[in-house]
Amino acid sequence: MSEGRVVGIDLGTTNSLVAYMQGDTPVVIPGVDGSNLVPSVVALDPVPADGSRPTVTVGNTARKSLIQHPERAIYSVKRLMGRGVSEVQAELKFFPFRLADDVDATNLNEVPRIQLGEMRFTPPEISAYILRQLKRNAERFFGAPVTQAVITVPAYFNDAQRQATKDAGRMAGLEVLRLVNEPTAAALAYGLDRKKEGVIAVYDLGGGTFDISILKLKDGIFEVLSTNGDTHLGGDDIDNLLVAIALDEIRTEHNVDLRSHADAVQALRKSAIDAKITLSSKDAASFDMELPNGERYQREIPRAVYEQLIAPVLERTAGPCKQAMADANLEPADISEVVLVGGSTRIPAVQRLVDQLFNLTARGKKPHTELNPDEVVALGAAVQADILAGSAKATEDLLLLDVTPLSLGIEALGGVVAKIIPRNSTIPASATEHFTTGVEGQTNVAIHVLQGEREMAKDCRSLARFDLKGIPPMSAGLPRIEVKFLIDADGILRVTAREQRSGQESQIEVKPTYGLTDEQVESMILDSFDHAEEDFAKRLLIEARLEAETILAAVEKAPKHPAWQLLTDDERLTIDALKSVVQILLAGEDVNALRAGTVSLDQATRRFAELMMEDAVSSAIRGKTMDAAGDELGKEINAPHPMAAAEFK
Amino acid sequence: MAPFKIVQASDTAVPVKCWSCAVAQNESTLFCSTCSKVQPPLRMDYFQVFQLPRILRLDVDVLEKEFYRLSRKLHPDRYARATESEREWSLADTALVNDAYRTLQDPIRRTEYLLKLEGESIGEEHSGKVSNSRASRVPSDLLEEVFELNMQLDELREGDASLRSDVEAAGQKFEAMLDELDSKLEAEWARWDEGDATARSTAQKQMVALLDRRRYLDNLLRDVKKVLGA
Repeated sequence: MSEGRVVGIDLGTTNSLVAYMQGDTPVVIPGVDGSNLVPSVVALDPVPADGSRPTVTVGNTARKSLIQHPERAIYSVKRLMGRGVSEVQAELKFFPFRLADDVDATNLNEVPRIQLGEMRFTPPEISAYILRQLKRNAERFFGAPVTQAVITVPAYFNDAQRQATKDAGRMAGLEVLRLVNEPTAAALAYGLDRKKEGVIAVYDLGGGTFDISILKLKDGIFEVLSTNGDTHLGGDDIDNLLVAIALDEIRTEHNVDLRSHADAVQALRKSAIDAKITLSSKDAASFDMELPNGERYQREIPRAVYEQLIAPVLERTAGPCKQAMADANLEPADISEVVLVGGSTRIPAVQRLVDQLFNLTARGKKPHTELNPDEVVALGAAVQADILAGSAKATEDLLLLDVTPLSLGIEALGGVVAKIIPRNSTIPASATEHFTTGVEGQTNVAIHVLQGEREMAKDCRSLARFDLKGIPPMSAGLPRIEVKFLIDADGILRVTAREQRSGQESQIEVKPTYGLTDEQVESMILDSFDHAEEDFAKRLLIEARLEAETILAAVEKAPKHPAWQLLTDDERLTIDALKSVVQILLAGEDVNALRAGTVSLDQATRRFAELMMEDAVSSAIRGKTMDAAGDELGKEINAPHPMAAAEFK
Repeated sequence: MAPFKIVQASDTAVPVKCWSCAVAQNESTLFCSTCSKVQPPLRMDYFQVFQLPRILRLDVDVLEKEFYRLSRKLHPDRYARATESEREWSLADTALVNDAYRTLQDPIRRTEYLLKLEGESIGEEHSGKVSNSRASRVPSDLLEEVFELNMQLDELREGDASLRSDVEAAGQKFEAMLDELDSKLEAEWARWDEGDATARSTAQKQMVALLDRRRYLDNLLRDVKKVLGA
């Protein structure tokens, strides 16, 4: 059993974050670039000249590719998690997802595969790359391996979406100790102060998902009373509206169909996001972009027009809020606090809607926005991680009691759904049903498990369809098969079945699947290095060697550079001596000595690097030289080269 | 389909020892009274989970307190890094506690559950693959009114708005019936909780009949609300 740190991860549609508990305060762990947010963008670099496997980049680095090489990058992949090919068709109209074309048309639940350049990835694999980046950021920060995590998911995620998220964690080399619902995590971050009591509503409008959760806080227990939402509603939809209007206007006014220019659409999308952000604080925003035909598309959007435009999107959050209150048997007056989560809650029109839904101003209340709405979910995940680690004083009295967002049912005669675990049941939850045969000697019974609120099976999400096989042949109606449905603390279903009458108790366990089998997930594990500690040590050695080799290569070339002549003899001698030391250490296996040697060599060459840069600036070819230096320094995001640091000082 | 049979307490309430500290447990319990560790799941009914007699009038605030106390001891969050068996037991025990709390917290579900324990077959709309037809049968004294209401509902669905007030009035009438029924049910709860064996057996039969009627009225009102809301 590993006793390392457990981190909390917010795997978001737009941005992802990793956080941990520093004493009794949750803190976000920044990436190498110093930023707390890792954009949930994954890109495939061009294939290297030697034909080896191209590198996958994540975050800000990948975001650059999005405009330069849109066909090699993907964003908002969360929208595809746990969904079959047939379910994602609607998304394709608005998102530049390129699905692999060899889809098996007969299998509607087939997991979509996304084409990035020459390669294809399933949504969990793309998410795994994001998770791996967060894991590495945390490992860098702690200087120790991180193998266990809590990952947040939208409260309204169904079984398949949750399973896909858990699989992504496994592919990234993380043991997912718990999936936590995002609004619940936010409530934890806010309610860390155990004196807080009462009923709170968490309104979470993120990049791609909307959740509303109502919780009762009492004696350190966070009991979710009800939850509702829409897993396909968020800031993305507002961006899409703005983009669609601009595309239309560009076509009618400038006679250009931008849809065929992926890069231009991405640029337009970026302008739309900028406009959206501006409109949260200013009365107007404008589009201004050059079109492929040389004309300019210029457009001003007044706040009033914008708010009218997005009203239908925002209005879609009202229904779930009312339903959640009804399910919890509460009126707006019973809600003592409202917490706003997700970047989209910065929009003033959203805040007005929330005010109206929960009757806040009239009751002299204001929604809570004290914690950064982009970070609060990750902070809450860190709190939950600390609870699970079980060793900390700060969280020992806290306990989260969450619910299942959707009713679980089985298909009964006539295609009707018989509900066996109602929505908003506290999880873990279970139900036992008994089945029998209808025909003499029948040895199979088919069971169809569904999730959703609709009455007919065809309108609900099918979770699993399985046959209970090998029932001993008996008269019709005699076998008695006990089937137990159990929703675990992650909101994921397990089914076990037992035949009781035949005396030979046989038990089977069925795990619903959204399309990827355990074996497939196993084969997609990104990096076996990430597994064990000895592998971690190996990776550290490999990284240390890479760093050493890169600086040695740079030092090797140094005498050819004019700046070399500006160094004193002493400086040159020190560099040469350290160079030999590092060369010797490179042959050995002592990571710490090698790192120390590399650091010394870096310090010794710092003045040289400065001189080199001054020279570059003075000869006004800064960009070129810097680029050239960058090539030598390597691109590994985890190993910023010592010389690179010196250069930018 | 046979109803869900619960194994009686006497079948399983054998003295057990804690797997961890070996102290004997004096009653069926989900966690050790000495070392607090989670114990393998037992077949308990929901009243036993909360160490309650089979009574129908419960103080839900007390129930909640006990629910929180049990959750703190048993929840999987407390065993995230424990052995695999402890994690499995914690999952099973917590599911049992949650199922029990969900059922006992709601007076109607609580009554239905108790009646099932007492061997009554309570008509869920569908139980597994076979539906219980008794629940959907129209109570004889309501036959005429229900027939008329269903006609009005059909016409309203087809767009004849003039019947709206009639349907609303019918809805109110059935709502009042439901209230009256609930007070009758409460009287039976008292009879069950306080009466002797004979009184209990009468109360049991009464409650089965009242619940059947209640389920019927409930479904009817749901239809009315759906049509009026649309």
